Amino acid sequence: MRKEGAGGKMVVLGSGMIIVLVTMMVLTTFLAYSGIYYPYNPNLAAVNCAAGKLCAVPPSPKNIMGTNQLGEDIFTHMLYGGSTMIQVAILSVLICLAVGVPLGLFAGYVSGLWDRAASLAMDSLYAFPGLVLAIAIASVLGTGVVNLAISIAVVYIPSYFRVVRSQVLSLKEYPFVEAVKVAGARTPHVLFRQILPNVIPSIAVIGSINVADAVLTEAGLTYLGLGVPLAGVLPDWGWDIYYGKTLFLSGAWWAWFFPGMMIVLLAAGFTLIGEGLGEVWNPKLRR
Amino acid sequence: MGLKAYVATRAILTVPMLVILTTIVFLIVRVLPGDPVLLHFGKQVNPQAVEQVRHILGMDKPIHLQYLDYMAGLLRGNLGIAFSNYQPVSEQIFSAFPATLELTLYSIIVAVLVGVLLGARASSKYASVGDTSIRAFGIVSYAIPVFFLGLILQYLFAIYPNELGHSLLPATGRISAGDAPQGGEFFGVHLQTGLYTVDALLGGSLSQFLDAARHLVLPSLTLGIALSGVFIRITRSNMVDVLGQDFVTAARGRGLKERTVLYSYGLRNALLPILTVLGLQFAALLGGAILTETTFAWGGLGTYLYRSIEGYDYTAIQGAVIFFGLLVALVSLVIDVLYAYLDPRIKY
Amino acid sequence: MSPVCGEGKVTYLVEAKRLKKYFPVRRSLLEGVLGKRERFLRAVDDVTIGVEKGTVLALVGESGSGKTTFGKLTLRVHLPSSGSVTFNGKEVASFKDKDLESFRRSAQMVYQDPTAALNPRITIGEAIRQPLEFNRLGSVSDQKERALKIMERVGLLPAEEFYSRFPHELSGGQRQRVVIARALVLDPVYLVADEPVAMLDVSVRAQILKLILELKQELDLTMLIITHDLAIAKYFSDNVAIMYLGQIVERGSRQDTFVNPMHPYTKALISSVPVPDPERKRERLMVPGDIPSAINPPPACRFHTRCPFVFERCRVDEPALVERSPGHFVACHLYDKK
Repeated sequence: MRKEGAGGKMVVLGSGMIIVLVTMMVLTTFLAYSGIYYPYNPNLAAVNCAAGKLCAVPPSPKNIMGTNQLGEDIFTHMLYGGSTMIQVAILSVLICLAVGVPLGLFAGYVSGLWDRAASLAMDSLYAFPGLVLAIAIASVLGTGVVNLAISIAVVYIPSYFRVVRSQVLSLKEYPFVEAVKVAGARTPHVLFRQILPNVIPSIAVIGSINVADAVLTEAGLTYLGLGVPLAGVLPDWGWDIYYGKTLFLSGAWWAWFFPGMMIVLLAAGFTLIGEGLGEVWNPKLRR
Repeated sequence: MGLKAYVATRAILTVPMLVILTTIVFLIVRVLPGDPVLLHFGKQVNPQAVEQVRHILGMDKPIHLQYLDYMAGLLRGNLGIAFSNYQPVSEQIFSAFPATLELTLYSIIVAVLVGVLLGARASSKYASVGDTSIRAFGIVSYAIPVFFLGLILQYLFAIYPNELGHSLLPATGRISAGDAPQGGEFFGVHLQTGLYTVDALLGGSLSQFLDAARHLVLPSLTLGIALSGVFIRITRSNMVDVLGQDFVTAARGRGLKERTVLYSYGLRNALLPILTVLGLQFAALLGGAILTETTFAWGGLGTYLYRSIEGYDYTAIQGAVIFFGLLVALVSLVIDVLYAYLDPRIKY
Repeated sequence: MSPVCGEGKVTYLVEAKRLKKYFPVRRSLLEGVLGKRERFLRAVDDVTIGVEKGTVLALVGESGSGKTTFGKLTLRVHLPSSGSVTFNGKEVASFKDKDLESFRRSAQMVYQDPTAALNPRITIGEAIRQPLEFNRLGSVSDQKERALKIMERVGLLPAEEFYSRFPHELSGGQRQRVVIARALVLDPVYLVADEPVAMLDVSVRAQILKLILELKQELDLTMLIITHDLAIAKYFSDNVAIMYLGQIVERGSRQDTFVNPMHPYTKALISSVPVPDPERKRERLMVPGDIPSAINPPPACRFHTRCPFVFERCRVDEPALVERSPGHFVACHLYDKK
């Protein structure tokens, strides 16, 4: 079928992009921290380029994507600058999975008062503009990989909760659930071995789209100055844009454009996987 | 359940949601960070001054009293006093809101136009090259950070032409140097909306209107394109469904032009889901607006929030966040009611 | 005195006395706020009936008559609103811990829709083995062996190959064999079969019915078969009970029911069964309309809205289930007139 073919192709393409980007990130982080190859030496760059604009060299054979105001090679930034973003995104999705999925399972399965209370709280969070909530949390928690991941996770936990809960609500009425109970199964078995496996496909779909959302939210927070502070030896695409926006008035578009494209590739990769999986597993929900 | 009962239920349910929402925000902003006053001023300020500020802001009371104060203030539309200049937060928010409203309104128009046109085209060329490229556009528009798109458009259509000596479109702001449009007198009443395009027309000044509109082009394109992906997707999938149904086949069988079939049969039936998506996307729209405003130095709520973050102004952050929450809750209430009213098939 | 006690010497494995199950009807939030009275769906409404050891009782009725709910009450899927179900003379609702575990092993169910009754993400071999795991019977390899054995018995051949297949790779008839195997792997003594062939292709129905009947004989099962199809009741059962809107309107031996049906509803059901002999003339009794709602059942005799023989008393007075001949009970005022 043509539709499923398209979904499959999207998954393959997206996975390919993500594999390349993640491998690149692992490799460059290893290179940088093991001291084999530093992408730049902040101190050295500062000594060489005190005058800001002068050091931002446009693309040339020596720096194929130019340099920023500190004289740092942008191409190197492209290779080395994804690690914080990916860490935050993955960590936040893990937090969502760890909190949203069990909550949704229990709320959907036990129903009653617990379910109503949890649903109301989750609906309230869900109704909130995600970025605004993340801003509020990040601005008080302070910055750091874990804090940022928490701020982002709080925004997206309700999506997992809602999807899991609504599926459990219908799954628990299935005769196969009743059948294992009649055969003597206990609640943990019913929840985790009968119901959960049937929810996993939807979790995978929202999970991968959610990594893209987390990447974009992380980038947005960094753009507002709430990102993980630059420290150590690695550059960061988000901060490149943050500083780039002050630079671009002088015309150094390359300093923010190329790192920004990397963010687009990262987010697009995860979006492709999520949408593709959604189509493959559930052709009716093509949205 | 009848329509009235549904509307009543939906409205009743909004109340506890609002209470929970404001409570969550209060807890996050006031309780989590420890002492917001100290965070704002840093540790070097002398303790007496800090005490005094605390007293002015009512933050020397126990936390539960602060909470009650805050909730009571909310009911009267009072969001507290800003740390930075001791002005009421609600006034600052109300003066910044029209800018955000104007930006979001024009962005919605862009998003729906782009989304519906491309989505309809994609469905008519279902699974063809055109469809694929429109879907690719949808994915890229979803994956592109809105501020990054803003920077690109700003560079291409404002900064770069400027470097070449042409002034194509303004890069920042809502209006060129000079006063904001003041609206006009109608039947003895002074009308001023705070939406510059509307105020310029009310004041009868075409040049001001064009100026405001020129300033709106880039920000609203940025936000509109970033949101259009969802509308493309929903239009496409709904129209593919509708176009496969018997009554459409029958219309084709009667010899109606494909264009007519596509737009008057397909599109008309795909409009309701678009309304729903509009409601669901409103929260995302506001998030995007914050980042867009920051990029284009657009003096709305986003810029206000950005400045408050920079200045560690916690009452202002709290006020802005709650205002955004209230706005979304009310809009989704209106959209749900509208939806129930428009769709005769739904029984509650 | 309950009518069941009057039959003296028979021993019931499963016995329901004055059994009721009312499900609350969901109120909307607004209705709750406005304090609207809670309403109930009377799925099973005062049913007294038993399944004799080693026999098959067919419970016959239209959809919505409450027959499935009754079957599930005897399995403790639902707990009764009032009245009781006993198993081997012990109250099912009171089972705890050990008693409950041994009850779970003894009483099993075959479902109407085998597709919905099997978890799509669990291989059929595992689905059949799992009940043994729940009850901690033997090692995993023992459990597998027993699962393979029962798979062979129900005709899932070659069993080794079927073991690792998923439900969607099987035909409807094969899936129902899986459901039967899963129900029997625990060596139950009591089996509820809820419309076991209704969702299957006509071509495989006979095979599955034959399989169930063979297994019943081999394993000496006591069975409750729930069906809307009188032909199945005729083929299968020792005793028959006819259910209408949560109540039993007639019950007796298979002979009583098919040779001498008394309740107008039973007569109507029987006359609607096609007979393969076109020469034979029979009186056809038609019942107009659909089954009324069990939320607001008609007062007095519940069948009076559709009964061709209705008279005044039926609308005011609820008929009791009365023994009209030995072991043959009917709830109808027609037989009081004489």
